[in-house]
Amino acid sequence: CVGINLRYRFHVSLLCKLVSCFGDRAGQFFSSGHTNNWAVLVCTSRFWFNYRHVANTLSVYRSVKRLGIPDSHIVLMLADDMACNHRNPKPATVFSHKNMELNVYGDDVEVDYRGYEVTVENFLRILTGRLPPSTPRSKRLLSDDRSNILIYLTGHGGNGFLKFQDSEEISNVELADAFEQMWQKRRYNELLFIIDTCQGASMYERFYSPNLMALASSQVGEDSLSHQPDLAIGVHLMDRYTFYLLEFLEDIHPASKTNMNDLFKVCPKSQCVSTPGHRTDLFLRDPGSVLITDFFGSVRKVELTMETINLTDPIDAESGELQKEMHTYADQLPVSEIIHQKPKQKDWHPPDGFILGLWTLILLVFFQTYGVKHLKHIF
Amino acid sequence: PNIQQGRQRCIYGEVSPTEAGGGSDSPAPKPAASPPSVPRPKDDFQEELVIRPLHSGDIYTSFQFRTLWETDFTRENKVSHYRLFPKSLGQVISKFSVRELHISFTQGYWRTMQWGQPYLPSPPGAELWVWFQDSLTDVDGTWKELTNVLSGIFCASLNFIDSTNTVQPSASFKPLGIGNVTDHQIVCTENLTPWKKLLPCGSKAGLAVLLKSEKLFHSSFHSQAVHIRPVCKDDQCKTTSWELRQTLNVVFDLHNSGQGKNEWSLFKMFSRTLTEACPVASSSKIYIDITDNSQGEQFELSPATPLLSQAVVLGDRRTFSVYDLTQQITFGTMRSLNLLIRGKSSDMLRPLLHAERYVAGYGLQTGEIHTLMYNNHPYRSFPVLLLDSVPWYLRLYIHTLTVTSKGKDNKPSYIHYQPSKDRVRPHLLEMLVQLPPNSVTEVTLQFERALLKWTEYTPDPNHGFYVGSSVISSLVPSIVAMDTNNSRERPLFSSFFPSKEESSYFVRVYTEPLLVNLPTPDFSMPYNVICLTCTVVAVGYGSLYNLLTRSFQIEEPSPGLAKRIANIIRKMRGVPPL
Repeated sequence: CVGINLRYRFHVSLLCKLVSCFGDRAGQFFSSGHTNNWAVLVCTSRFWFNYRHVANTLSVYRSVKRLGIPDSHIVLMLADDMACNHRNPKPATVFSHKNMELNVYGDDVEVDYRGYEVTVENFLRILTGRLPPSTPRSKRLLSDDRSNILIYLTGHGGNGFLKFQDSEEISNVELADAFEQMWQKRRYNELLFIIDTCQGASMYERFYSPNLMALASSQVGEDSLSHQPDLAIGVHLMDRYTFYLLEFLEDIHPASKTNMNDLFKVCPKSQCVSTPGHRTDLFLRDPGSVLITDFFGSVRKVELTMETINLTDPIDAESGELQKEMHTYADQLPVSEIIHQKPKQKDWHPPDGFILGLWTLILLVFFQTYGVKHLKHIF
Repeated sequence: PNIQQGRQRCIYGEVSPTEAGGGSDSPAPKPAASPPSVPRPKDDFQEELVIRPLHSGDIYTSFQFRTLWETDFTRENKVSHYRLFPKSLGQVISKFSVRELHISFTQGYWRTMQWGQPYLPSPPGAELWVWFQDSLTDVDGTWKELTNVLSGIFCASLNFIDSTNTVQPSASFKPLGIGNVTDHQIVCTENLTPWKKLLPCGSKAGLAVLLKSEKLFHSSFHSQAVHIRPVCKDDQCKTTSWELRQTLNVVFDLHNSGQGKNEWSLFKMFSRTLTEACPVASSSKIYIDITDNSQGEQFELSPATPLLSQAVVLGDRRTFSVYDLTQQITFGTMRSLNLLIRGKSSDMLRPLLHAERYVAGYGLQTGEIHTLMYNNHPYRSFPVLLLDSVPWYLRLYIHTLTVTSKGKDNKPSYIHYQPSKDRVRPHLLEMLVQLPPNSVTEVTLQFERALLKWTEYTPDPNHGFYVGSSVISSLVPSIVAMDTNNSRERPLFSSFFPSKEESSYFVRVYTEPLLVNLPTPDFSMPYNVICLTCTVVAVGYGSLYNLLTRSFQIEEPSPGLAKRIANIIRKMRGVPPL
């Protein structure tokens, strides 16, 4: 495993160990069935008092990035900007805990959809892949049938809906249908859906596509509560479920063997006040055999080769026959040119007399047809 | 290679210094007949930092990174080997036939009266100006694609730029092109991260090491920009090379970042010190403006440096202390450079041109835009070109346009007005006005606010809608003779706008953006209306319908159990019931 030139940061140790020492570990390695990982992290709330939703999403972004998923495979949607908000006493930072030790915004963050771009339509288009052709790659979910996707939603929600930016909603039926479209187009291998809103369990009630696992922070009829306020910043910093989820994920490293059953135990009722729920009936594998890193980490299949490749020299640009005309810098404010510039006539307007002449013609034709005798009644 | 639209992600960073160094230093001899020779590297990278202590105790720092590359993007076989020039921008230039591109992201407003003129002006928010090659036919389609690609590269919401807020000015910006004058944008670390990744050394070596977002955004003014244009290679200007300038201007506030003390150092401003120059840079310098400090009486500078340089910038001859980071001696024994500037700068010259803009009026129906332009020169007058791009939902009444200086009417020598079309294009007003010496010129224009369709409102409509800054371009008389020889080696900050004549220099001033409230409907009304209507219909009409169409029948009470059994037996027998 030496001499591999990697572009993305990921941990080689796990894969090398498994590939080099075949055994029952190889069986487990190949049984997960996925070859790449994607993450779609969405914060749907606007306004300063919803700071905690942005902090929630950024914590999951941070964990997912730390465990190996590169920025090109993460679609991060934040409906409002808290870090550089003018009310933030510490600009360019978003904290998750009131002792201010962990800046989840960090120095290397790439937000793909920000502000007004976070809409229900854009979210569904990302999931189903129906984006306009000029959308840049960083804003697309380019998953295939061997991708494991993690979808995390947070914001304000209710029984059967999630509110986007205080102006529109997405219902659980729409979400279930979007996942079914993804299944039919084979856009995922396995999908983990986590939602941290009030009555979050209602959002996964309607799923019907295979290979979906869902977690929610509260049951129908319960509210998800926020964790703790910070007096300097003035708002609540994080929601309870995601706070304990972040604590749990901080202990995970790319080679850990923790499975989904441990994830279901995060934030029991004593800590969360609400009852977190989960749904695994649509999932084909046993949750106990699904590793956390199957969704939160990143997999790269590496092929070792001993062949050598000869690189050709770069093509040296021949100057050739360049036109030898003189270039000059343009005059920045040529006053005389501007004053004598003729205004451009963009639209053609008919000459003024035209309308009058047209009506005269119409009247004359009328009187000619119906007789001149009517004319004396007019004049 | 096929050019992909936008890069894989918001960043691009394929070329690393080590790869590039290995490629150009020792090329393998080709098996073909051409003799082996060391190819002269055709690209060049320079970085510089200018620090100017301001009169109010704040400090103005300006980073400039320039990559020059002699290549032809419009050639048939596409350029494939990129060394210092970032590949994402190179592909943008060749795919969209771009001749010049200027994009800037700014947070904060430049206060001309307190801080003087900036080296590179920029309006609050985001601004994008593009000039296309003459060979391009479909400008609108290419513009839309280009804004989408740039929004992916810089992680910015540039995809909201469409025909409703794009203008094609006839005179303000030379060469002619299309542009979008300021969209309201929030600038944050996610814009800085891809910008840093375009630099050859990234943020790992050289001056870019100082660019830490936590300190940079805790400032009064922060502006980052990318300028791409072709420049003359030499005096005769027969060939051109492509220049990419990345600039970052920050003004640190005395009380926010300086804790009230008149003592600035690199560590205090950026929480970092410098340890080395970028290895691929041909020059890496720091300039400190010490013009008013020849004897060291206003502020002191440590560590001291013997290098001095003079340059004519913004119409004035300024003296600078220079630190050359390519010399090891600059870093001293500690191997790190932390500049200390103690003391305040003296009074600065009043800037000759500055502008203000505000909205007057009351209510949500009409209003008035006032633009004030100040000419502070005691005896010279000069022309200014005012460019205003107002969104279509503020309907301007051009017949109410008045331009007054010193109380008298001042007729502009050139007016170009393109009226707006609802939901298609904005208003465009360009005027060439001669400002009399030592005066204030006021331009007033009345407008009426339009009611938008309810789907066109943003999720937070009560915040208001932004109107972009006005752009005022002018040739201002200069105190000192400007240098018209544009190809001589000059510090980067003085060579952005080329000067054609010696007595004046070009300056561009941006006004504040305006925030206007449009009449906003109550968005809870549809729900209320539906509830009320359904209630009225159900209760009112339903009752009336029942009264008119209900008919009454007499019904026997149901008989007891014994009688019911007897009736059943009788039915079976065929006898009438009881």
